[in-house]
Amino acid sequence: MEHDTPLLEVRDLSVQFPSPHGWLTVVDKVSFSVGRNDIVCVVGESGSGKSVTMQAAVGLVQPKGGRIRSGSVRFDGQELVGMGNRQLNRIRGDSIGFIFQEPMSSLNPAYTVGEQIAEVVRRHRGLSRADAWKRAVEALDRVHIASAASRAAEYPHQFSGGMRQRVMIAMSIACDPKLLIADEPTTALDVTIQARILELLRELQRDSGMSVLFITHDLGVVADIARHVVVMYGAQVVESADVDNLFGAPRHPYTSGLLGAMPQVALERGHDPIAIPGTVAQAHSWPSGCRFNPRCIYRQEGTCTTDAVPLEQIGGGLVRCARAAELQSTLGRAMVTA
Amino acid sequence: MSATTVNAPAVALPPTSTFLQRFCRNRTAMVAAIILLAIILIAIFAPYIAPHDPARSSLRAILKPPSGTYWFGSDDLGRDVASRLIFASRLSLVASLQAVAIALVIGMPLGLIAGYVGGWVDTIISRCNDALMSFPALILAVVIVGLMGPSLTNAMTAIGLVYAPRIMRVVRGSTLSVREEVYVRAARATGCSDARIIIRHVLPNVTGPLVVQATVLMGQALLAEAGLSFLGLGTQPPEASWGAMLGTAFPYMAQSPVPTIAAGVVISVTVLCFNLIGDGIRDSVGRMRRSGD
Amino acid sequence: MNALRYLAKRAVSTVPMLLLVGLITFLLIHITPGDPASVVAGENASDAAIEDARRRLGLDKPFLVQFWTWLVAVLHGELGTSFTSGKPVTDLILDRMPTTLSLTAGATLIGLLIAVPLGVFAATQRGSWLDRITIFGTSLGIAAPEFFIGLLLVLVVALQLGWLPATGYIPFSEDPMEWALRLVLPSITLGLGVAAELARQVRGAMIDVLSRDYIQTARAKGLSTASIIIKHGLKNAAIPVVTVLGLQIRRLLGGTVIVEQIFAMNGVGSLAVRAVFLRDLPVLLGVALTTAVIVLLINLIVDMSYGYFDPKVRAG
Repeated sequence: MEHDTPLLEVRDLSVQFPSPHGWLTVVDKVSFSVGRNDIVCVVGESGSGKSVTMQAAVGLVQPKGGRIRSGSVRFDGQELVGMGNRQLNRIRGDSIGFIFQEPMSSLNPAYTVGEQIAEVVRRHRGLSRADAWKRAVEALDRVHIASAASRAAEYPHQFSGGMRQRVMIAMSIACDPKLLIADEPTTALDVTIQARILELLRELQRDSGMSVLFITHDLGVVADIARHVVVMYGAQVVESADVDNLFGAPRHPYTSGLLGAMPQVALERGHDPIAIPGTVAQAHSWPSGCRFNPRCIYRQEGTCTTDAVPLEQIGGGLVRCARAAELQSTLGRAMVTA
Repeated sequence: MSATTVNAPAVALPPTSTFLQRFCRNRTAMVAAIILLAIILIAIFAPYIAPHDPARSSLRAILKPPSGTYWFGSDDLGRDVASRLIFASRLSLVASLQAVAIALVIGMPLGLIAGYVGGWVDTIISRCNDALMSFPALILAVVIVGLMGPSLTNAMTAIGLVYAPRIMRVVRGSTLSVREEVYVRAARATGCSDARIIIRHVLPNVTGPLVVQATVLMGQALLAEAGLSFLGLGTQPPEASWGAMLGTAFPYMAQSPVPTIAAGVVISVTVLCFNLIGDGIRDSVGRMRRSGD
Repeated sequence: MNALRYLAKRAVSTVPMLLLVGLITFLLIHITPGDPASVVAGENASDAAIEDARRRLGLDKPFLVQFWTWLVAVLHGELGTSFTSGKPVTDLILDRMPTTLSLTAGATLIGLLIAVPLGVFAATQRGSWLDRITIFGTSLGIAAPEFFIGLLLVLVVALQLGWLPATGYIPFSEDPMEWALRLVLPSITLGLGVAAELARQVRGAMIDVLSRDYIQTARAKGLSTASIIIKHGLKNAAIPVVTVLGLQIRRLLGGTVIVEQIFAMNGVGSLAVRAVFLRDLPVLLGVALTTAVIVLLINLIVDMSYGYFDPKVRAG
């Protein structure tokens, strides 16, 4: 286990789902990696394929009817694509923890919170019921739930949304995973609670050194905790960079647009927050050429509308833009309507 | 003897053309409807279809196996089973209709009143309804027949009484949901008489689930009548319904199984048709609400 | 303790129903069309005989007096005296209860044994041939008269193959082996009808539950498929299923009337049927009341089980 190989390496992953229009590619040759002790944020609108990518990586798309078309997912030296469900089960919950978006519905209402955490520990560590229960209480403690011992015997409906998310976090780190995948964990929560959950995640990451793969559509969250950022649009990665570079010098018009829509950034730039016009196209009807081109203010007929655009290395990161080189200096400055 | 209690939203039967269109697209329901129609036609034209006189017994032809003369064999009194089955269809079908009619006549007004008036009237009617439904259907039917004396009419009255609570529930449910509709409240506010509101607004929206329930109930009533007649509590000899035939053929099953099987299959198929048609109607009705204007 | 309070509340709410059921049983004589006195007296009875019957039924006394006498008797567990045998109705019923209860329990067991695995498999293998057979089979099972299935079973298994006895009932205390053997066919007869309806419910409930978010969480935790389906899935699917089970048991009790005849078992059902022919009204009413009370008890148990399956219910 060398320390310079990435913990998680996704290469050219493509995922499809059945639809009335046939098999739709909702994740299109996506590549990125997560190092050790790293925090990577994957940003995108709904429909960008960010959640599906993560689910596919750990084998959770098949029960939903989807399939991995091609690509590779290497985790800690093991290839996950093509791995049998039994083997994946040994990794899920153990070396890879998962947090989902809806704390209200992601916990089983019929079992106590302590039982749901204890069962993960029992499953992966083979502990006795008593020991597993102790571990469960410890986990609740680690996520700062007061009176953990008595609260462990309570049911999910007795917890508020923010508390339930803490329980989910406790459940996901109970076995000290190397990688924690968080799929929009704060989206369904109040802003104040959001901040506390993020703080908790930062703290847990600091203390354990685990890597975090954080999916979100909120750049504010990205600014808060990310070290590296992967921007997805239209089932593809359109930009990938360190967080400082991304915010300081975005390379893709979409990223720049996302930034421009943020109140804080707009303030700095000296204009009102500008929402990106239009909506994401449907997976069965991508436009020809660059998938973002219908909504892009830097759109150029011909360059951006004919051929598919490859992901290229620019500066310290990757960009998928036909005009990336020329737009280098423009993006990041005040968004002047072209 | 069970009837799936239908979840009763207020749903009107859509315009007949739409309804028929959707129904015809449902192949299972269509096939069931055609088979049922065939059975009804056989019942109506029984005298012309039956090969023999159903009541004519022949000492020489007791318990004969199926043959060219006796399609399903002959029974213990030498009568042709096929002819008896054909004529028995009349009794079975009419009896079921009778039972469902009684259930509707009793259940519908009660349901409308309970749903529309609400308050303690509703509470009393509903509690009594629930209490009545605590008696197992067949046992209650047997007891009522016991109080009235065994006969087909009494059996069907009993079954109708036993099923009335189910109709009441469905009607009450629909009425309740319509009552809160804006147009009903508006009608009330403008001084429309209750009777008028019920007829023009409530009734059309009750029809959907009611028709579904009534169709399924036809099948259930058939089963119930078969059960009671099998026990000898319904159809009395020399008349015969399918259930009664099952009951008389049963003791001789070892020697001559075909009459028993034939009667049972006929009942099962007919009930299945009713169930499938009921399902088809439910699927074709859709989520439409409509006022009577 | 929350749980105890919940149970107590549920138990108390059953009492008004019990009273109502009792009232209805009493009223049955009065609201049924026709004249019970002449039914009891029989055809071609003289007026004197009818009057005599009326007196025996207690119908000559004022209504409230009738009700009161009856209520007091019932609360003491006395359901009257049989017209035919002169024995207390309560004794007659208690005598035959074990038979009927064995049958009901057996049918419920068979129903569950068939329906739960079938429903779960059908739900997890949607669109497969097993799923389609289940849907088709359950339609048939719901439509066919259960006694018909019983007749076929008797014909094939008992008479032709001789594997199992066709009739009779032996009490458990006498010979457990025979008791079980003789219960097999009748239980299957009744149980198949239950299984059909129940399998549908299980399938529907499981399909719904398996699509929930917490099932995805369970998968992400690396739990085995079996654990996910059985531990996480079934408990949440239980409530609608248990509700239907309660209704099915009510239907089972009714079905005993016929099945006991087919298999020549001396249960409460056949007691009632015979009472019709013998015009034994006290027995009939006694059976009606008893079975209704059993149904109410079953409802109570179902109600209380909700507290186990759904923690939210315990609180409210």
